[in-house]
Amino acid sequence: MSESTFLFQYVLHLADDVLILGHRNSEWTGHGPILEQDIAISNIALDLIGQARNFYQYAAQLSNEEGISATEDSLAYLRDGWDFRNCLLAEQTNGDWAKTILRQFFFSAHQVDLYAWLAKGNDTTLAAIGAKAYKEAIYHLRWSSEWVIRLGDGTEESHARMVRALDELWKFTGELHTPVPYELWATGAGIGPDLSLLRLKWEERIKNIFDEAGLTYPSTQWMQTGGKEGRHTEQLGYVLAEMQFLQRAYPGCEW
Amino acid sequence: MERHHDSATVSIAEIRSLLKEVNDPEVPVLSILDLGIVRDIKVDGDKVEVVITPTYSGCPAMDMIRTEIGAALGRHGYGNVRITTVLSPAWTTEWMSQEGKDKLKAYGIAPPNPLQQVCHVRPFQREEAVQCPHCHSYHTRLISEFGSTACKALYRCEDCKEPFDYFKCH
Ligand SMILES: [Zn+2]
Repeated sequence: MSESTFLFQYVLHLADDVLILGHRNSEWTGHGPILEQDIAISNIALDLIGQARNFYQYAAQLSNEEGISATEDSLAYLRDGWDFRNCLLAEQTNGDWAKTILRQFFFSAHQVDLYAWLAKGNDTTLAAIGAKAYKEAIYHLRWSSEWVIRLGDGTEESHARMVRALDELWKFTGELHTPVPYELWATGAGIGPDLSLLRLKWEERIKNIFDEAGLTYPSTQWMQTGGKEGRHTEQLGYVLAEMQFLQRAYPGCEW
Repeated sequence: MERHHDSATVSIAEIRSLLKEVNDPEVPVLSILDLGIVRDIKVDGDKVEVVITPTYSGCPAMDMIRTEIGAALGRHGYGNVRITTVLSPAWTTEWMSQEGKDKLKAYGIAPPNPLQQVCHVRPFQREEAVQCPHCHSYHTRLISEFGSTACKALYRCEDCKEPFDYFKCH
């Protein structure tokens, strides 16, 4: 792959992660457990989709510089599942509130360090997007951390639900820090972080909160990967079917 | 009344004063100048460029703000207006004017505290003293970190018992 292709893939990966996670969170809008938390998860969804727009606009610009026509909308709405570069964790179903919270917590614990790193990286556009997104990720991490503790250290029922969520999601967490070629390229170019260093920070964040939440840090080593290279679980298809329906059925539709 | 502006009459100060007419659609008591999202105004001949930055990445009001800026300047005869968006440096509540903070409080929204007081990543570490905009008590409690819009948190005053929005420090 050429430099520009690596960069395009990397930016697309960053965009897809937050679009798909944001879309999943937005499925709670109108269905949250209580009004305040319905609003909270919807606001988080909005932040994530806003971050996705910034990344997609940059990806589209990179495309256009190569003479390939693309817009933020075409990248979000007109690509197929195998073109998406998001981590498998992002596309997993919402399940109950515990699973949604835990998914967000795992992601936010990764994003704060990722974005902090991008903010001082060599790519000025990614640095600008990262600096802005970092502030938002901090709120998301604090909010989701509090919920992990509240549920993990709550009632027998809430604890059991957190344990079940952990069991379902843990195998998808390894992918966050397992680099694929475009990430290795980004690390080498000083554009993206060294994921093995980020992993250490992430593990520490998770362990600290799990300690307070009375949850056991899993010892499982086996991890499911592939999303960052377009090999997805069946869940992504359902997300895309809903998210892309309107643009597929009525191309160019606006309202 | 329509006026025509040529390069001799266009001044940055005049453009700036006209932007006071453009309010944040989510917190209409604040102008975009109060909010601190106008980062630059450039004038070249009869061409005017207004540079703005979003508060949050997903701020849904940005498109409307762009439209309103064009309309406000158009009303005063500026037809050749370009509005550009920058992300860096990232917006902070430190850029909110004192006038803006006073307006917020009068409107019933607690204005943002200075930045150094908060923004910890640690959970449950929010010991931030937020003053009730109604009775001025500091005896208040966080209800939800995310209020009616991304930029606000929901609080309740333990003295006057009124709920209120807090414009989060960011
Ligand atoms: Zn009060």
